[in-house]
Amino acid sequence: MLSGLFLTVRRHGVKVSITEYLDLLRALQQQLVFADLEQFYQLARLCWVKNETDYDKFDRACGEYFDGVEQLDLISAIPDDWLAPGFIRQLSDEDKAALQSLGGLDALLKAFRERLEEQQGRHAGGNKWIGTGGSSPFGAYGFHPEGMRIGQQGSGSRRAVKVWDKRQFQSLSSDEVLNNRSLQLALRQLRRFARSGAASELDLNDTISATSKQGGLLDLRYQRERHNAVKLLLLFDIGGSMDDYIHECRQLFSAVRAEFKHLEFFYFHNCVYETLWRDEKRRPQDAVATTQLLHSYGHDYKLIFVGDATMGPYEISYPGGSVEHYNSEAGEVWLQRLLAQFPQAVWLNPQPESWWAHYASIAQINKLCHGRMFGLTLDGLASAINQLKHKN
Amino acid sequence: MRFQSNAHYIVTAELALAVNAAVTLQKPLLIKGEPGTGKTELAKALAAALDTDLLQWHIKSTTKAQQGLYEYDAVSRLRDSQLGDARVHDIANYIKPGKLWQAFTAAKRPVLLIDEIDKADIEFPNDLLHELDQMAFDVYETGETVRAVQRPVVIITSNNEKELPDAFLRRCFFHYIRFPDAEALERIVDVHLPGISKILLTEALQSFFGLRELPALKKKPSTSELIDWLRLLLAEQVTPEQLKQSRETGGLMPLFGALLKNEQDVALVEKLLFMAKRTR
Repeated sequence: MLSGLFLTVRRHGVKVSITEYLDLLRALQQQLVFADLEQFYQLARLCWVKNETDYDKFDRACGEYFDGVEQLDLISAIPDDWLAPGFIRQLSDEDKAALQSLGGLDALLKAFRERLEEQQGRHAGGNKWIGTGGSSPFGAYGFHPEGMRIGQQGSGSRRAVKVWDKRQFQSLSSDEVLNNRSLQLALRQLRRFARSGAASELDLNDTISATSKQGGLLDLRYQRERHNAVKLLLLFDIGGSMDDYIHECRQLFSAVRAEFKHLEFFYFHNCVYETLWRDEKRRPQDAVATTQLLHSYGHDYKLIFVGDATMGPYEISYPGGSVEHYNSEAGEVWLQRLLAQFPQAVWLNPQPESWWAHYASIAQINKLCHGRMFGLTLDGLASAINQLKHKN
Repeated sequence: MRFQSNAHYIVTAELALAVNAAVTLQKPLLIKGEPGTGKTELAKALAAALDTDLLQWHIKSTTKAQQGLYEYDAVSRLRDSQLGDARVHDIANYIKPGKLWQAFTAAKRPVLLIDEIDKADIEFPNDLLHELDQMAFDVYETGETVRAVQRPVVIITSNNEKELPDAFLRRCFFHYIRFPDAEALERIVDVHLPGISKILLTEALQSFFGLRELPALKKKPSTSELIDWLRLLLAEQVTPEQLKQSRETGGLMPLFGALLKNEQDVALVEKLLFMAKRTR
């Protein structure tokens, strides 16, 4: 009866199972709600959606299924399937050059609103309407020098003036649903147990020897419980070419966060310099001096870089080489300082290993890290953890 | 029985539906939401509404699933055996029922609160799958099976520190308590502080929501903090004019310590308010 809605919700990426489908039917049978669309919506969400980050997906699925559900704002007013990646039109350089900008950002926004009102249906591949793969300034997966991107997963040709993709702004620290058990289990290898806290656990060996000493009269001995004492420092490369690996990084991040208590993480762009950031958005108020990092965390912290190490070689080896600001000391100087402070360090690279040979900067970083660069795959992670476990 | 707002606890229609569905269909209800939005209070209010016992199981990082079922105190049995105590012959003397056992065998259908399940080890929810599903478990030491006389109403709260496994989530209903809007907040305050003056409340809420809208706060003040703050305002007899004045002159609100819980946030708010004043 509700299988249409069920399938729509599943298609929108909410993982609903048959059990939960039956739950909803049972709830309806009990007449918890009756002839009220809004209440039905709440009940269905209660039974089917198990994470608040999926609420949005569920809303969109319902919007599609119940035609005419009120839309919230301009952006969600554009149905997603118009923008589904049907195809990406490959434009020649002449085409690109021929395309003319529409003027500033304000003009673009204004034109967008006007066009949204004009447009009634799904569109793909033209040069005026909002849709996918064309050369209109509005839509996704296409090319226009001053384009506005809507509902696109990555940054196609990385030229959009404004990325309107809500998903893009989700901070890595947000609670993205990822239940990657294999990653978590791999990370468990890194656990280092140490005893701390109150003595509450029976120490069997000690009890036996103490009891024997007493001539068989029971003498109980306790010891403190074991806790995971490993300390991790994570540095994430963010933005630019790392956009392609957001998914992998999220997986790693949520697995790490679930597993370790002593975990500190910071963000950088391309290469580490004198400043790091606490937040993905790298706002000035979240900035932390790298020297502060060096001073506040001890040698026992294990350092993990996550980055594609793909940049201009000068960004690593020359003062002033950074693409974002003038750095008075070269990136490699800072990298070496970090590596000296944290001898147990690895670099995880989400780029496929077969590509590494094509980038000079990867070889440079790998050399600086004494060859401790690993792919961000399960195997790579396993070798990286092996490396971290060995004290050098 | 329909659970609804009462003199002590305000529920939204959504939450009431969620609770009623969980009670009727006898499934655990998983509640998430910002700290201080009344997740734990919900269980207490529900137990009061159903006129039954509330069993609270507070989870810590060291809590094991087994502790919720029962604990076998082998050590005291060993000790008793040395002292020649007669109790030692019956193993049942050394089995201490946990919260789940108590809930299963209670005379009246109780409310069981499993508080902050995300604090435990990642395997913890998996270890409870069967028990919550079948509402039964075996006691290996005595060979008996404890089966629920009636399925307790199970409320589980989480603060999102860890992801919960899918298999566990499938067995629960899920509701996310959103932060209340101004209108709902006024009703909540009314329940807790019935005598508060309308003008003071309006001024205070204005300052409060202004604070919540600041982007980079480490810990946003929540409902429980608002209520504490209002209580302080009443105790110190702060007037609405004082509140208004502090907002307009760009200083921190009186008694801000109740709302801002860390020194970086205080510094940040001070700076922003100062800048806002300068640009005005």
